[in-house]
Amino acid sequence: MAAPFDLNDDSVVVIVGSGAGGGTLANELTQKGVNVVLLEAGKRESSLTFVQDEWASFGQLAWLDNRTTSGSWQVAKDFPNLPAWICKTVGGTTTHWAGASLRFQPHEFAARTTYGDIAGASLMDWPITLAELEPYYDRAEAKMGVTRTNGNPGLPGNNNFKVLYTGATKLGYERVSTGHMAINSEPRDKRSSCLQMGFCFQGCKSGAKWSTLYTEIPRAEATGRLDLRPQSFVLNIETNAKGKVSGVVYVDADGKQQRQKARVVAVAATSIETPRLLLNSANGKFPDGLANSSGQVGRNYMRHMTGSVYAIFGHEVHMFRGTTMAGIVQDEARHDTSRGFAGGYEMETISLGLPFFAAFLDPGAWGSDFTHFVDNYTSVAGMWLVGEDLPRETNRVTLNTDVKDQHGLPVPNVHYDDSPNDIAMRNHAFERGEAIYLAAGATKTFRTPPYPSTHNMGTSRMSADPAKGVVNAHGQTHDVPNLFVSDGSQYTTSAAENPTLTIVTLAIRQADFIADAMSKQLV
Amino acid sequence: MSDQQPAMSRRDLLRGTAMLIGTIAAGSVLAELAPTRVWALELSHLSAQEGTTIVAFGKVLYPHRTLDTAVYALLAKDLDAKAADPAVAAQLAAGIAALDSAAGGNFAAANDDAKLRAVKSLAGTPFFATVRGQCITSLYNNEMAFAHFGYPGSSWQKGGYIRRGFDDLTWLPNPPQTASPAPYLN
Repeated sequence: MAAPFDLNDDSVVVIVGSGAGGGTLANELTQKGVNVVLLEAGKRESSLTFVQDEWASFGQLAWLDNRTTSGSWQVAKDFPNLPAWICKTVGGTTTHWAGASLRFQPHEFAARTTYGDIAGASLMDWPITLAELEPYYDRAEAKMGVTRTNGNPGLPGNNNFKVLYTGATKLGYERVSTGHMAINSEPRDKRSSCLQMGFCFQGCKSGAKWSTLYTEIPRAEATGRLDLRPQSFVLNIETNAKGKVSGVVYVDADGKQQRQKARVVAVAATSIETPRLLLNSANGKFPDGLANSSGQVGRNYMRHMTGSVYAIFGHEVHMFRGTTMAGIVQDEARHDTSRGFAGGYEMETISLGLPFFAAFLDPGAWGSDFTHFVDNYTSVAGMWLVGEDLPRETNRVTLNTDVKDQHGLPVPNVHYDDSPNDIAMRNHAFERGEAIYLAAGATKTFRTPPYPSTHNMGTSRMSADPAKGVVNAHGQTHDVPNLFVSDGSQYTTSAAENPTLTIVTLAIRQADFIADAMSKQLV
Repeated sequence: MSDQQPAMSRRDLLRGTAMLIGTIAAGSVLAELAPTRVWALELSHLSAQEGTTIVAFGKVLYPHRTLDTAVYALLAKDLDAKAADPAVAAQLAAGIAALDSAAGGNFAAANDDAKLRAVKSLAGTPFFATVRGQCITSLYNNEMAFAHFGYPGSSWQKGGYIRRGFDDLTWLPNPPQTASPAPYLN
């Protein structure tokens, strides 16, 4: 049973956000006997209420509050008020994610050491290594049921994967498979196996894909130590005379302001809302925002180098059948500067239903080149390109005081300029992606520009030196000992891999740290 | 999406509201979706001529040679609904007049080259952006378009594709089991 905790109960840990970071942290803490209040801005849906209708699902799950954009990235032109495609719902973006679960490579924790000094990039090594994280990666993969780990078989490849596999292996690529996915390939953990429905992005109706919505959160509730409050939007975090956080002020489901006291606050609201909340929590003692003595809150926003390649074949593909991210080519994920850029990228199948194919293939386009692709929809294969983007201090989330949200708070502005490294990597990835499809027999290929960001990282980065980042190796803010950041905002650098597995891994590790610190009265 | 079918009643005809009327081509995959092959669309804010111009504009923006006009009529339907906002209505009226003018007086009746020139001359205007943006959802997010382009939509009611062809592609060799294991079929 869910536990209701009193608003004045100052012994609880308050977690803001119920996605990969917050939902996992909530479960891990409650399993250790810690009482948690989990505040989630969105509503609670379920596999039963998810809809396999792209626009309707977008309305149900996506974070649609107004945001603004600036910078040279094409998203600012194509989607000026939708910089990110993430979710406002219990389970956060784990409802929408495709399930790709890849560990970082060792060198990606040491990007500054490995890549050297790159002009314009604020590269830094993580204050942790892969070896330190490996036991936690093990726990994350076991929890999430990642395929090709823990005895879980790989998923079967769909038609879209067959095309990718053929083209990639013809080019000599060797690391081509259905990958590591947090999708059940067999019934497991009281959840069904994948039915290849093809709507991973719209919330999994069979529950085969891991989401905190129906794994971590109900398990936490079963301990009797979780008080989940959906439709609760946190306005600001409050501090006391000692410079510690004392609680949060939020708007509840009835639109009323509430103040929840807390012993510890952990923020896991995405790399856009997390820094926004810290900045909106400025007070007399923290005039530049909470935990921002370094001036780093909001900086080093990363969204991965991305793009897609779609191609038409002379035969039917039906890419929409089966898992959205059905397979991967990993050979280009290495760091090899002979290609003209630092870091690497993955190539992963993707598919869009007809409505989103029309919306995202080439935003703003019209005419017969565009309609030719739509006319051949059933003969199209697709892949998504995702690679490391380099942090820049000027790529940042700030408060746009000219635009207010429904609560009267400044909306976040997301500024992003593509760096020369991103552009070189994207061009290389586009070329290789097109080559794969041509090798498989494509008659026409198309380079689709980036979608609104689904991978959002940085803005409260980890650093060994408090002057150079916001949180330490455990996600604890350098400035405020009982304030934690628990989502992808912690990322020091982005690595090439899809971020969710590492966010979950860091949350498991952070839960151990918080529970230990609480038991020793350190927080 | 079922309510997106253009519908007509005798009362509407008697009231004399602006109407767009068409016939779904014989043998079209859409014929089985509609109660009759004849369709009619009532317009509340646009005139019949304006609706006809919008349909013609949509066909230039997103030309699909065999896509039935009944689908393009949804563009007029959705813009007509948005024209309940006087600002939108004014933008549409002025934009349609500009299209007509750019095409020598009657856009819908102009030849293909003249239509394309007129459309290009308005690219970048707010009117153009309104209509083009509306096309994306009006033309491609409805059951008639799904049927035409071969997209079945929601699949959970049929148990997904695990037994319905998710891996039925035969024009390429199958990847080895190490790369792509067999599906779990209880």
